[in-house]
Amino acid sequence: MSHALFETLLRLGDNTLILGHRVGEWCGIAPVLEEDIALANMALDLIGQTQMWLALAAEIEGKGRSADDLAMLRDAWDFRNVLLVEQPNGDFGQTLMRQFLFDQFHLLQLQALTDSSDQRIAAIAAKAVKEVTYHLERSSDTVIALGDGTSESNSRMQTALNKLWPYAGEMFVTDPIDLESVEAGIIPDPSTLRDAYMDAAEKVFKLAHLAPPEGNFAHSGGKTGFRHSEHLGHLLTQMQWMQRAYPGAQW
Amino acid sequence: MYAQMVKSEATKEDPAMLAAFQARIDAGEKIEPKDWMPEGYRKTLIRQIGQHAHSEIVGQLPEGNWISRAPTLERKAILLAKVQDEAGHGLYLYCAAETLGVSRDELTEMLLDGRMKYSSIFNYPTLTWADMGAVGWLVDGAAIMNQVPLQRTSFGPYARAMVRICKEESFHQRQGFDIMMKMANGTPAQKRMAQDALNRFWYPSLMMFGPSDKDSVHSSQSMAWKIKMNTNDELRQKFVDLTAPQAEFLGLSIPDEKLEWNEDKGGYDFSEPDWNEFYDVIQGNGPCNTDRIEARKAAWNDNAWVRDGMLAHAEKKRIQKEAAQ
Repeated sequence: MSHALFETLLRLGDNTLILGHRVGEWCGIAPVLEEDIALANMALDLIGQTQMWLALAAEIEGKGRSADDLAMLRDAWDFRNVLLVEQPNGDFGQTLMRQFLFDQFHLLQLQALTDSSDQRIAAIAAKAVKEVTYHLERSSDTVIALGDGTSESNSRMQTALNKLWPYAGEMFVTDPIDLESVEAGIIPDPSTLRDAYMDAAEKVFKLAHLAPPEGNFAHSGGKTGFRHSEHLGHLLTQMQWMQRAYPGAQW
Repeated sequence: MYAQMVKSEATKEDPAMLAAFQARIDAGEKIEPKDWMPEGYRKTLIRQIGQHAHSEIVGQLPEGNWISRAPTLERKAILLAKVQDEAGHGLYLYCAAETLGVSRDELTEMLLDGRMKYSSIFNYPTLTWADMGAVGWLVDGAAIMNQVPLQRTSFGPYARAMVRICKEESFHQRQGFDIMMKMANGTPAQKRMAQDALNRFWYPSLMMFGPSDKDSVHSSQSMAWKIKMNTNDELRQKFVDLTAPQAEFLGLSIPDEKLEWNEDKGGYDFSEPDWNEFYDVIQGNGPCNTDRIEARKAAWNDNAWVRDGMLAHAEKKRIQKEAAQ
């Protein structure tokens, strides 16, 4: 069980770490000042959640590693985030579409995790759920506003959806690691979140005058770590630079 | 302290009204947006608050440069929070400027086309993680020197914005000092990195206070109006007196052979920065001027579609709401 629990916690913590890092890349260059503030705030929430998930992962692993060791000293194949969150920011529309696609899943997942049989996980989820409720409110409002706005903003949002939609499916794939945690009452079965997700997403897309591309194709390989995208390695070269260049130093 | 060489405007109004206005200021009253004020006071304040706001915005860039490379999760979170605060400061300040009759968009246009300036300090590059320490310790430390007295400035909205900003700046300064302390007590490589950052940021930090009083032509009117509270040299001296013992505590050397305690004046003697370099930087020839403005222009121009889309959506919603009524 402890292996499945460790992997489960990495999946939670790596999603927030990698997305928090990506959102932080917007610092100082957002479309308006209010967005600079909102994006930094969201990145900050996600990094804060990462600290809690990865600290618990490190504790469960019991090998003396810290949350920072897990964040800064693993290579790409040991990361367990879904492919969606490692996709590059693209334009502001792609960043916000990625955020919406993840937030909607993230909120459903966290709501279920507040009932986890593992009290430590339930406690982290209870804190995070408040933040993510707000993230979803913002990202869905923005997707609707830009989808509805001008023909250019609509076309950019449709392009973003076409590009990112094939990465949404991975969030609902249940694999043997998940099943072990599901059976222990620790996490919800990801596949059971799909219907509520699709209903909610459909409502937003309708208001935004957007339509997901045809077909159910979904990329995979992120949460199992089997095959990440090329983008992750580049992200890690930046994120991990200091710890790699100055091993053992305290900052 | 992000306002340097703010040009004071001459004023040609009725001498009786000017005298009454000056009497209010001398009595320590706050001037509020709806009160009568000399045109020169208004224009000087717009320039000063605008320059301060732009500095907060451009100032996100050199620190934002290290968010993706912060060495630990904790440091990443702190840096994100700090840069977010700076954007927030920009927002309060633009709001304060708006009460004087200039919109945020107009101020932004003036920054992007070079009619308005931002502090010279943000035209220096951040090359190592130690620069995050040096910026917090020295740059925010210098900013506080000027901003604390500005809490008593005569224009109400500016003074109130400063109260909020000062609280956050002192946290920024402490986190910068904390980064330096960790490094100064760390490995030889860390210590070297900390010293290198101090070497590069010392004189540019001294320049933040603006030229020497003997060359500062705009001070007297602004001081009479309580827009500027202290002279450049007074603040610079205060900054050196506070910072020199901190550097000693860290075991780092300030790159100035002439730095020495002067018992008679009760302060340090120190070398002036190279003012030619200062004028080069404010005329656009600092190491990062081109990059900073290009980054701000790209953020503004490449994202115009986002602002247009948001406005179009808000307008559609307004029309729908009206039709429903």
